[in-house]
Formats: sequence, structure tokens, C-alpha cells
Amino acid sequence: MAERSYTSREELDQYGFHPGVTVMAPLVCILLQAMLPKTFPWLIHIDLPLIATIFFAVSRRSPIAGTVTGTLIGLFQDGLTNHPFGVDGIAKGVVGYVAASIGFAVDVDNIINRIGLVFTLSMAQSGLLYVIAHWLLGDVSYRFLPVVELISAAANCVVAIPMFAVLDRFRIRD
Amino acid sequence: MREVAARGCCVTMDSFFYRFRNPLVLIAIVLMQVIALAMQVQRPGKDADVPVSARAMEDAGSAPDGKHVSLLRRWTVTAMTPLETAVHSSSVKVRGAWGNYVDLLHTRQQDAALKQEVARLRVEEASFAEDAAQGRRLQTLLDFRQHYVTSTVAAQVIGTSGSERSHVLYLDKGSEDGLKPEMAVITPDGVVGKIRDVFPHTSQLLLISDSSSGAGVILASTRIRGIVKGTATGRVEIDNLTADSRIKVGELVVTSGGDLVFPRGLPVGTIESIAPDPLHQPYTAIVIKTAANLNRLEEVLVITGTSATLPPTAAQDAATAEATQDANQRAADLIAEKLPGLHTDGDAAPGAAGTPAVGADGKPVSDDPESQVGGAVGYINSGLPRPKPAVHPDKFTPGTVPPATELTPGAPASQQAPQKPQEQ
Repeated sequence: MAERSYTSREELDQYGFHPGVTVMAPLVCILLQAMLPKTFPWLIHIDLPLIATIFFAVSRRSPIAGTVTGTLIGLFQDGLTNHPFGVDGIAKGVVGYVAASIGFAVDVDNIINRIGLVFTLSMAQSGLLYVIAHWLLGDVSYRFLPVVELISAAANCVVAIPMFAVLDRFRIRD
Repeated sequence: MREVAARGCCVTMDSFFYRFRNPLVLIAIVLMQVIALAMQVQRPGKDADVPVSARAMEDAGSAPDGKHVSLLRRWTVTAMTPLETAVHSSSVKVRGAWGNYVDLLHTRQQDAALKQEVARLRVEEASFAEDAAQGRRLQTLLDFRQHYVTSTVAAQVIGTSGSERSHVLYLDKGSEDGLKPEMAVITPDGVVGKIRDVFPHTSQLLLISDSSSGAGVILASTRIRGIVKGTATGRVEIDNLTADSRIKVGELVVTSGGDLVFPRGLPVGTIESIAPDPLHQPYTAIVIKTAANLNRLEEVLVITGTSATLPPTAAQDAATAEATQDANQRAADLIAEKLPGLHTDGDAAPGAAGTPAVGADGKPVSDDPESQVGGAVGYINSGLPRPKPAVHPDKFTPGTVPPATELTPGAPASQQAPQKPQEQ
């Protein structure tokens, strides 16, 4: 008879990563995000750093780690734009927190759940960016374009599935 | 009792912080960034050497950062650009190998086509030279300050911002190559944007399609002035003009030079559509199709120097073009001179009274028919056979019919005064 223990889902599915992977994976995502649209302009609608943020947050299942990871990735992205520091930092920090919190409740290894999670959080990030630009920075020219955001979220889902599969190989069970 | 109460309070506080540590950390991090945002928006880089007129129509997105923000951005760019440069140079090498050794199929045809293009452009240049010279003379008369591009630095695009809301590119040239903020960036097709931030070996190019970008423009045919701006969706628009029936789709838009960033007369694009702007009534949203393809930029030119006078090389080109124009004019005159039928009676044809004919060698040509091999009397030798004078002139002899101006409509032919045959 198999032994069973009263271990929580958090303890069961909590993963860690090698420090090299923790640093290099987001860095490669940001690099690709900066370089690919030069050759393929339509790839600008895909947000690879967002996918990395979601992946690390749901794998670690720690809201604090998710918030810090998302914030750092977002701030790094802000450094490459002409926006003030903090726009992407706030958005991705919140996304990391929410992703890690959802990771407690659902099985994030399920492909359907992953698609739903990435789609929802992509839309949430778009909404957060609109709120930050429109209300915090007072940029009235910034518009929320639902169709564009839906397409971006769908594209993120398409890219996220193989990317999660690749990154899963680097997970270490804590 | 007090100790117990204090201990209980501490335990309660500890348990509160422990219980809500996750949202508290999130709130603290978000709050810090909100404060940082407020400070950055409040204090854009005032220490930068930016013209006041240019600053008037830009916001924090296009202005250089403050010192602390600039330092953070420098660290980020310094961490990222070596990787971008390495990847870019590798791809350039691969593409170069392909282009130089493999993809040479249509080189000869392209060479021939380019030679034809050069010949055509030379002719066009010569025809424009006189207009340009006249324009310069008029500008001098009006004391108008034209800024000519004297020096440029070619730079390659190595990366983007990676954000669809930030239309920024990274160039492989920086302050060590002479680049400075607010320098205009162009391609042979037209305006691209301006330099926003400069680092030692890289620089940040703000495209005109960015929502924080702007440039003074003028509509080429109607001469209406406006300000072209980018939008959040990446379109380029003029949104400060009211409805005007003279503005048509397809009209060329060029820089006006009023922003002190872009030299006057650089093509920006053509008008793609004109529609009422629902958010800014009564203004219209005039969408511009940019002359340069902003989505496919590989190499750009940064304008590092302008001058009020024509640069030496351009002046030499203009002189050459003018000389070509003069040579063409002389050739045209020579041909016209060899076609006597083109001269009217009022023209001072060579050989006419007071204007002695001059030969190709510059010597006067004699009116004596015997001294000419061919051609009409008074004209330089055309090499064509000249008919001998008629011994018995009749009504068919050239010169016997009076000119049409002296004929009376409806009168019988017998009443028309016959002209005396030309004596030769």
C-alpha cells in the first residue's frame, strides 16, 4: 500500500531553479524581445518577459518571490524604453504576485490551466499598463485597444506552451 | 500584567506581519515604484542642452532623463547592448557571406540598371541646378537662414526597446562617434527620428512614430504648417490643423525646420488619410504614411552637423551641375541655330543685320554664298546642300508667296501682292 502524507499542494509542487537559470532565462527573454522585432516587427506583440515572469512565479509558488522576480524583469524592460522606470516594474510585479497566488489553487502543470493563466494575466497586464499610463502618468494618448490586446494575449499563449515545456526541464524540486 | 500585555501586542503585530507578509511586500514594492514614477515625471532632464522651442512640444518621453535615472538606464543598456551587438554582428557576417558569395545572380542587371539610374539622375540634377541657384539667390536676398546638412554619421540598428508602446531603437554608435542628444536621424528616404539618449558606444533613437515624439512640418504644395506627432498605436499624425479643403490625400509632407532639430525640407511622408479627430474637435487627424519604412530600419544617418552655407562638396556638385546645364544649353542653342526654320523674323538670327554670324571656330561667317558649302545665307555651315538661286522665279519659288499675316482672307489669289523673290 502506498504511503500518503499530509503535505500541502505548496509543499508538493514547489520548485526551485539553479541561480544561472534564474538569471539567464529572463535575460535571454529580454534579449530576444529586444532583437526579434527588428527583423520580424509583428513579434512586438508577444511579451516573452511576461511569460518568464508567470513561469517562475507559478513554479516557485511564493508570492514574494513572484513579486520580486516580476518587478526586476519589468524594471529591466523599462530601462530599454523611453518610459520612466516603474511602468513595467509595477505591472509585472503585480502579475508575478497574482500568478504565484493562483499557483496555490490550481494545477499549473495542466496545459489548459497554463493557457488560461497566461491569457488572463496578459490581459491583466494590459489593463494595469493602461491604468499606469492613463492615471499615474497622465498620458491621455494611451488607449486600450481590446482587439489588439486579445491578439497579443492569444499570441502569448501560443508561445508560452513550448516555452514552459522547455523551462520545465530546468526545474528542481525543493 | 503590563509585560504580558506588551508581549501579547508584539505577538499580535508579529502574527499580523507574518500573516500578511505577501500583500505587504507587494504594496511596499508597488508604492516605492509609484513614488519613483512621480519623481521621474516631475523632474525630466533639465540639465540637457535642449532648445526651448523644441522642448515646448515634447514631453517626458522624448526628453533625456535626469542624472539618477540616466545612470540606471545606462546600466541597463550597458548590460544589454554588448549581447545585441554580438548577435547583430554575427547576423551581419552571415548575411554578408550570403550576399557576397552566393546571392550574386542578378548583379549585372542591377549594375546596368544603376548606371541608367545614375545617368537619369545626372540629367535631372542639371535641370534642377538652375532652380536651386535661383532659390539660393532669393534666399540671400530675403536673408533667409537655410541649414544644409554638412556631416552625417552612418549607424546600424542593433535592437529595439522590446515594447510595443515605446518606439525606440538602439544604434551601434554613441558619444565617442560624435553623437549627441537631439540630433536628427534620417535615411535616404526621409526622416526617421532623433537621438534621445547617448551612451559611449550606443545611442537611443526615438522614432517619429513614438507618442512622445514631434517635428515641425510643412505641407509641400499648400505650404500649411503643422506639427507631426506619433501615437500610441505607432501611427504618425498631424493633429493641430482644422479641416481645410486644400489639404488632399497624397500630398507630400516635409520638415519645416522650425523645431531646430530637423533641417528644413527633409521628406517626412505623404498624407494617407484625413478624418475628423473625435477626441480633439474641431481639429482633423491627418495620418501620414512615412517616407522611411520605420519597421524595417537597418542603417540610418545621424545628422551631426548643419551649416548656413552650402558645404564644399555640395557646392562643387552644384557647380558641376550648373556647368552641365550650361553645356546642355549651349548644345541646344547650337542645334537651334542649325535649324533656321525655328527663327522668326523678330529673332536676331546669326547673319542678320547687326549680328554677324559666328562659326564653330568663333570666326565670323561671310554672307557671300560662294564662301559657304551649304546651309542658308547668314547661317553657319550646317553641312546640308543649299539650293541654287532660281534663274526664272515663279509662284513655286521659295520666298515668292507672301507671309500669312499679309494675306487677306477671302481675296482672290490674283489680288495678293506677289513678293519679290529673295535676292541672293
